[in-house]
Amino acid sequence: MATLTAESYNTGFLPTWCPGCGDFGIWKSLQGAFAKLGIGPDDGMVVYGIGCHGNMYDWMRMYGFAGLHGRALPVAQGIKLANHTLPVVVVSGDGDCLGEGGNHFMHAAKRNPDLTVIIHDNQVYGLTTGQASPTAKPGFKTKSTPEGSTDSPVNPLALALVSGATFVARGFAGDMPGLTALMEQAMNHKGFAVLDVLQPCVTFDKVHTYQWYRQRLYKLDGTGYVPDNKLTALEKSMEWGDKIPLGVLYKEDRPTSEGLESALQGEPLIRLPLEPAHWDKLLEEFV
Amino acid sequence: MKDNVTWTIGGEAGFGIMSSGTVLARTFARTGYHVFAVNDYPSLIRGGHNVVSVRIGSKPFYGMTKDLHILVALNAETVEMHKAQLNEGAYVLYDPKEKEWTAADFPKPVTLVPIPLRDIVSELHADVVMRNTVVLGASIACLGVPFEALFSVIHDQFIHKGQEVVDQNEKIARAGFDYVKTHFAALTDMHVSPGTVTEKQAIVNGSEAVGLGAVRAGLKFAAIYPMTPINALITFLADHAKEFGIVYKQPEDEIAGINMAIGASIAGARSMVATSGGGFSLMVEGLSLAGMVEAPLVIDLGMRAGPATGMPTYTEQGELLFTIYAGHGEFPRIILAPADAEEAYSLTATAFNLADRYQVPVFVLTDKYLNESQWCIPVSQLNQPVTIDRGKLLLSDTGAAEGQFQRYDADVENGVSARSVPGAKHGQYYANSYEHDGTGHVTDRADTRIAMTEKRRRKAKAIESGIMPPVYAGDEQADITLVTWGTTKGSVITAMEILRSQGKKVGVITYPWIYPFPVAETKKLFAAAKRIIDVEQNATGQLARLIMSETGIEITEKLLKFDGRPWLPEEIVSKLG
Repeated sequence: MATLTAESYNTGFLPTWCPGCGDFGIWKSLQGAFAKLGIGPDDGMVVYGIGCHGNMYDWMRMYGFAGLHGRALPVAQGIKLANHTLPVVVVSGDGDCLGEGGNHFMHAAKRNPDLTVIIHDNQVYGLTTGQASPTAKPGFKTKSTPEGSTDSPVNPLALALVSGATFVARGFAGDMPGLTALMEQAMNHKGFAVLDVLQPCVTFDKVHTYQWYRQRLYKLDGTGYVPDNKLTALEKSMEWGDKIPLGVLYKEDRPTSEGLESALQGEPLIRLPLEPAHWDKLLEEFV
Repeated sequence: MKDNVTWTIGGEAGFGIMSSGTVLARTFARTGYHVFAVNDYPSLIRGGHNVVSVRIGSKPFYGMTKDLHILVALNAETVEMHKAQLNEGAYVLYDPKEKEWTAADFPKPVTLVPIPLRDIVSELHADVVMRNTVVLGASIACLGVPFEALFSVIHDQFIHKGQEVVDQNEKIARAGFDYVKTHFAALTDMHVSPGTVTEKQAIVNGSEAVGLGAVRAGLKFAAIYPMTPINALITFLADHAKEFGIVYKQPEDEIAGINMAIGASIAGARSMVATSGGGFSLMVEGLSLAGMVEAPLVIDLGMRAGPATGMPTYTEQGELLFTIYAGHGEFPRIILAPADAEEAYSLTATAFNLADRYQVPVFVLTDKYLNESQWCIPVSQLNQPVTIDRGKLLLSDTGAAEGQFQRYDADVENGVSARSVPGAKHGQYYANSYEHDGTGHVTDRADTRIAMTEKRRRKAKAIESGIMPPVYAGDEQADITLVTWGTTKGSVITAMEILRSQGKKVGVITYPWIYPFPVAETKKLFAAAKRIIDVEQNATGQLARLIMSETGIEITEKLLKFDGRPWLPEEIVSKLG
């Protein structure tokens, strides 16, 4: 096969996202990360949720599962358990992953499957034309919160940390080189890797613009921050305001969900014989 | 001497009531008898009244009757609750320390068999929980079977805990046996005639039968959230996961369960879920997804008394129409409805082949009565060869041009297009919950929508051409034709036998394959019927309504039972007047 580049994954269909959408940066970064890691279109699987992010599969030539709203993580875990040698990435959104699929997120983190989940975090439901998402900040005016959001927002990083995710990082859709590098690290991590990607919604959010983020974001890399302590990471995950950190907040080695399955110590399930061995012995249990 | 004896043990939950039933059932199954055990218990951990009944027959039979020959009462409440059901001459085994009973306490003449259960266990320095072992020994003596029959089961049950535990249990059981032999030597009228079953038999509950069928068919992945009545399936799969190369995953909810199973299926593993009505309600969205992405999937739906939480430990056939109509949008599905454990085993194995062959969800519609009762299956039946047909599954290179694999080729004749699995070369596609074209790319074009809808409809037509016909039993030219489905079959067949013994001409129609509905076969059978009566375990006659909508034939006579307790044959006979 020819050398993989981001273009190896083009489908011939052009994105239908709004011009300037943060999704473009995430899409291109993911293609770049796949190419760098040598994962070709037949070699892996991306599971998408429903939302603006989910439309990505149409311009991503790679085995894809575009499932139901909120249900990407369970599907991805099923795929991974059936074939634990297959790289599996979940592309999800803040509403998909933290609203409709919130319970799945918590439990995936707790199990530590070897998956990477990329959360498109823009505080808003774009596909349904602009309602508040679970990460919407207080006061954020949307079609469903005309007087401003009144809820405390979900903090994806803090939630990932307390739920047991073993790789927790934040990226920015406006920084493709940095985001590509984070995606590579996340995919190389053996375990449940959560990458929350801040992304401006240019249509429904006039506050959190590229400029708004650029004035506040800083990279943890080079600050002397060491991502090996859950409590420090938790503290860092709550830093929001004039300064917002980017990069890897936490990383831990813990056995994966698949690694702990006794049936998955060798070949993947889909390569195992279908006929049960020792059938006679099994029947003896019931006599 | 009796050809059939029904033995019932009752007591407070937590006193080994359930396991006593299993031990007694195995004791008799190993010595040439046909057995069947059914439980009745409330949804509690401890406390509440638990009952297990075991019917023992010297010849094969179908299910329970209203007979009650031996009642073992570990507490006074058991006697109070069951004394009205006792046959004339029934034995009542009880501990006088719980309560002294006299003949006048019972509506019919009975034989009182007082046994000092508490004293026996305390003399043997055993815990009070071991009273169930004393009564097992005592029961064997009443039934006229040698102690060795019971001992072989006790031995196999406890040997993994060490010889000492076996010895202790043997001593306690033997004390009960000897007590009856010494104090009630004259009692022989409950001795059961010698068993005539020569084949080796397995004792399995319905959940285990489903599990055995699944394992035999090459199940690789199951995601099952705990729910009565399918919990024994979880135990079975989790216990055997390593041995058979299976992953059983406990999901956070049924929504996750069905989505995990669909993911595993798309990746190429034979997958299943199991649940009851409430859990299935949560799965309905995922069912529609399976229909759209054409994922093979087996769903074991163990019905129980609803609506909502209902009576979780009681049985009902309330989800037939729900299962047929569940899911948004229109897509094909198959529903199989086993009548007993043997069918649960064979139809589950069949379900996996149908799921792969047509790339559709396939239901095995079971119920509490099937799942939690213990059934006899000849081991030879479980050893019949099982064919595994994975349909159009491409596990390696598809040979298609780069990016051109037509996973959802709308032009295939029977609507079933070849599927690749992620990782297979030249097989890249999208499993897409949106309407899609051949490669899985999203579309809302009218022509593609029509083509894809017709593709799914052609699958339904292909399924219909392979329908398993309804089963007819009984007299040709019957005056009464009883129509039923699922586990109600057992009591209906027994009712038919009672009626035939009274000189009536009776036939029974049952539906192991219930959807897509076998329209032509049903019309043919109904055309020959004189008086058709629908018998179901629900309040609205769901099979009758299905028959009406599929054939236009209205069944006006219906026998419906919805108290959570399975039909008994005598109830059917008496309703027929």
